[in-house]
Amino acid sequence: MNECCTQNNNENKSLNHYIPFLLIPFAVVIYFFLERGVDFFVYAILRMDKASHLTEVIRFFLYDTPKVFILLTVIVFVVGIIRSYFSPEKTRKALEGKPLFAGNVMAAGLGVLTPFCTCSAIPLFIGFVESGIPLGVTFSFLVAAPMINEVALVLLFGLFGWKTALLYASTGLLIAIISGWVIGRMKIERFVEDWVYEIKAGDFQMPEQKITFNDRIQAGWTAVVDIISKIWIYIMAGIALGAAVHGYVPENFMASIMGKEAWWSVPLAVLIGVPLYSNAAGIIPILQALLEKGAALGTALAFMMSVIGLSLPEMIILRKVIKIPLIVIFISVVATGIIIVGFLFNWIY
Amino acid sequence: MKIEILGMGCATCNKLEDTVRQAIKETGIDAQVDHITDIKKIMAYGVMITPAMVIDGKVMAAGKLPSLEDIKKMIGGK
Repeated sequence: MNECCTQNNNENKSLNHYIPFLLIPFAVVIYFFLERGVDFFVYAILRMDKASHLTEVIRFFLYDTPKVFILLTVIVFVVGIIRSYFSPEKTRKALEGKPLFAGNVMAAGLGVLTPFCTCSAIPLFIGFVESGIPLGVTFSFLVAAPMINEVALVLLFGLFGWKTALLYASTGLLIAIISGWVIGRMKIERFVEDWVYEIKAGDFQMPEQKITFNDRIQAGWTAVVDIISKIWIYIMAGIALGAAVHGYVPENFMASIMGKEAWWSVPLAVLIGVPLYSNAAGIIPILQALLEKGAALGTALAFMMSVIGLSLPEMIILRKVIKIPLIVIFISVVATGIIIVGFLFNWIY
Repeated sequence: MKIEILGMGCATCNKLEDTVRQAIKETGIDAQVDHITDIKKIMAYGVMITPAMVIDGKVMAAGKLPSLEDIKKMIGGK
């Protein structure tokens, strides 16, 4: 009796797990016909004036919102499945005993793929230090984890195209690798709080659980629900603001302050961005609006990276394990990296 | 039975505690729940990602929020 019901339950469960896959073709169709659909709706059904600013605002909002949500759902789902193959414990094992530069490269890559939240920064930091992973390598991980963010990647891809998304991901990784390496070259061990070295971490033992592919699909789905339920409001607000700027702010309004000619705009953008904290979802539609009105891409990206990559809450958490001088070093090295990337982008484009 | 929730006050950690209490209530199992926020105690279990759930000294879950059903299974001893 008991056996039969468990069986049944499992079958139901696995059926549910395929629903996301069945939805993908629908998402693709909607995605490709969205622009025409929205144009038809706005111009033919609502009969709005093509030249009016308000029409532009509404069209922009109606087009961007579903587009961003479709992309977001698909990518967060896939990333959720990929992340289920990684864990901080496995990452720590992989990093143990790696030489400095190779360790930095691996740590930056794993920083992107390992599930991580800022609230776990302390146990993770101590765990890494305990197993003898060099501080420089640990910092590569700590830089990459928030900086390269799947939500930011999706939004950049959806709103600016794959080139911008790729540039963001690759330069983000580069910043993580190099700033970790630079920090590692300095003698910074003395800036770690003494009690960190005194902690005796136990062996991590968890009963081996068999993880089926269904469980991974479930993990992907949980990630979608979890992330979208948290950020949808920021995305809507960001797109609405972006739409308003798109319709009402004059062309090239930002060019003099955030344009290419204003070289000082890059360091200034980073300086403003570091203490600010927002999730990627809220900031990107704003970026879009800025870019459209003549802000340079490098300046805008540098601003975004400094907002999501370095944040006051994270520093306050890290302050418990490292002393102020190291926090200052950490922020300055990463900020310098971001500024260089900003200049580079402005120079390329 | 002693259940420990390891977490330093993150939102998910509190949710885990709520879910565990719910599971205990629904199964009627006699268990004591402690929310451990001391990093030294957390590290003693070797856990690097919170929230984690420890039952009678054994880490049962780390870095995720197990579902109510899963928690019931874990404390049900099956």
